[in-house]
Amino acid sequence: MAEEIISGQLEEQEFSINMGPQHPSTHGVLRMVLKLKGETVKEVKPQLGYIHRGIEKMTEKLTYPQIIHLTDRLDYLSAHILNEAVCLTVENAIEVEVPERVKYIRTIMDELNRIASHQLWWCAFGMDLGALTSFFYGLRDREKILDIFEESCGARLLVSYNVPGGLMNDIHPNFQKRVKEFITYFRKKLPEYDALLTGNPIMQERTKGVGMLTKEQAIAYGVTGPSGRGSGFSCDVRKHQPYSAYSKVDFKEILYPEGDTFARYKVRIDEMWESMKIIEQLIDNIPEGDYTAKMKAVIKLPVGEYYQRVEAARGEFGVYVVSDGNKTPYRMKFRSPNFSNLSAINLMASGQKIADLVAIGGSMDFVIPDMDR
Amino acid sequence: MKEEDFKDNETLELFKKEGGNVLLSTVDALINWGRSNSIWPLTFATSCCGIEMMAAGASRHDFARFGIEVYRASPRQADVIVVAGTITNKMAPVLKRLYDQMADPKYVIAMGACAISGGPFFYNSYHVIKGVDHVIPVDVYIPGCPPRPEALLYGVMQLQRKIKLDTIGKKKAPAVDF
Amino acid sequence: MEKEKLKDIIQSMISDVEILTDKQFLEVTVRTDQVLKMAELLKNSSETSFDYLFCESAVDFNDHFMMVYHLDSTKFRHQIVLKTKIADRENPVVDSVCAVWIGAEYHEREIFDLFGIRFNNHPDLRKIFLDNDWVGFPLRKDYTDPINIVER
Repeated sequence: MAEEIISGQLEEQEFSINMGPQHPSTHGVLRMVLKLKGETVKEVKPQLGYIHRGIEKMTEKLTYPQIIHLTDRLDYLSAHILNEAVCLTVENAIEVEVPERVKYIRTIMDELNRIASHQLWWCAFGMDLGALTSFFYGLRDREKILDIFEESCGARLLVSYNVPGGLMNDIHPNFQKRVKEFITYFRKKLPEYDALLTGNPIMQERTKGVGMLTKEQAIAYGVTGPSGRGSGFSCDVRKHQPYSAYSKVDFKEILYPEGDTFARYKVRIDEMWESMKIIEQLIDNIPEGDYTAKMKAVIKLPVGEYYQRVEAARGEFGVYVVSDGNKTPYRMKFRSPNFSNLSAINLMASGQKIADLVAIGGSMDFVIPDMDR
Repeated sequence: MKEEDFKDNETLELFKKEGGNVLLSTVDALINWGRSNSIWPLTFATSCCGIEMMAAGASRHDFARFGIEVYRASPRQADVIVVAGTITNKMAPVLKRLYDQMADPKYVIAMGACAISGGPFFYNSYHVIKGVDHVIPVDVYIPGCPPRPEALLYGVMQLQRKIKLDTIGKKKAPAVDF
Repeated sequence: MEKEKLKDIIQSMISDVEILTDKQFLEVTVRTDQVLKMAELLKNSSETSFDYLFCESAVDFNDHFMMVYHLDSTKFRHQIVLKTKIADRENPVVDSVCAVWIGAEYHEREIFDLFGIRFNNHPDLRKIFLDNDWVGFPLRKDYTDPINIVER
């Protein structure tokens, strides 16, 4: 089975092996067929499709508010941000103006979601390298954000809080107090993460110089998000095509030019600091107002094509809608960040050892259902 | 939890009524006590429910205190497979192969709406299996999308109750007419 | 760069193209045999410099297919949409743009898998999501599967 997929003949002492769909460190159902010589990886060929649910075909029979519940389940660790992408597409297409209050709350929820997603990445990355303590530290702090979500949105992980036109419900009266408490708490805890992993000599040996990706290669393959910014590719959609309340806040785009696993690690840690800065600028100034604009009961988009780009936790997410005037889209395509990030893995992992492949996969932060849609 | 607090379980009441052999009952009780308090699961999480399973294993809702001490990566060493996430047409043969490789006694927990019946992907999808019990026999179903970690703990406690009713004298089939 | 100036530059590259300026991005429609040449000119010209392909997709209108390429430039930060119409529904073929933007490799495999459009000169054209013995192309409008799909 694996031999049919590997390209070319196997030379002496080379063999092909499956790193199968069920594996503790592939973060989901990703099957990789490796061509190995001893412990060195010569070629990696990922095989997708084990969680292909046919979401793009399903959207052709669902109305726009129903599609929100499906986009949650694509990249479930940035569920808010993906919901917001579909809502912004619909709102821009029918040219409705959402209240300022909605924009501020959406941005704050997005940044909380980004911190939660990076916390989970940090747990899983530590676990891949063998440091099991990071699993408990990261998830302990993530529970505090999930408490905030549960109080205002009703669910922990798959919140369908953004609807076309605004939000499903107003925020809880305790929201601002709890977010401010969380930020004070997390500012003390984030240096602990540094103390645990960043300065560790074993971790630096295993990640410096591993999995090189230059800036031109990142642009050619379309590697975006923190993985692309770790190679110096300036691709942050929040800066170049701002949406919601991002044009009103002041934050830096984190870029590291080295292009190895350690640079991608540092980008994500620094992004958590920047996200806290963004939340602090917005949390005290939420304007009063309605939590939703007035929308018709049945939403029909005018005939035409619309594209919206947002910055998910893993890269640039895009929604492309072709509409023929009905209440269901004619064609809806999701540009998924993980799909493009995966295409560069053969380039990064050839010539390295299997343990390096695990570290590279951890630093690229794959979520497989987003690739397979 | 006290016995009378489990309120929703006609199957277990049926099993209890069918009774067991008096001679083997102490041996049974000892073996079942050992098995139910140390169920080791297989690492198998396909999508979103996997994150709630990880959260159930973390420090707030710790499930190591129920005996689920470690996750085994190899199916030969695992007791239970918690199917957390959607199963597609391409993944079904892999799941069947993993289930066949596990050693008896083995149990299956179907976690989440996708594993019970296809979930949100029941209508209009061409590649989703509408429920994992089309592939392998299931012992406990945990509804939710995704179920809270406390719901997973309740499901594990139900499984522990079910294991305590097993007997080594007469092997009960996990599902009556599969 | 504004749309009018971009339109003039592109018109000077290849003359018989249709350009629309009133949509969200500037839309350029070319013939199927001009796609690869247009892609190379758009990427290599120093005035446009479209080096980042951020989305490649296909749409099934019932009598023809439409390939849609969304391009961005990291130098000038302008975006453009390149489209081409494939009229032959029985045997749809178009040139692959992998030689220009290598990131198109996975996108084109997905379109081959789900629509059935073949790409010339693709480095590794095979199915990506579905099994090798899957019959039919699911994202086409005339795909029906009475056994697996529960209609609603």
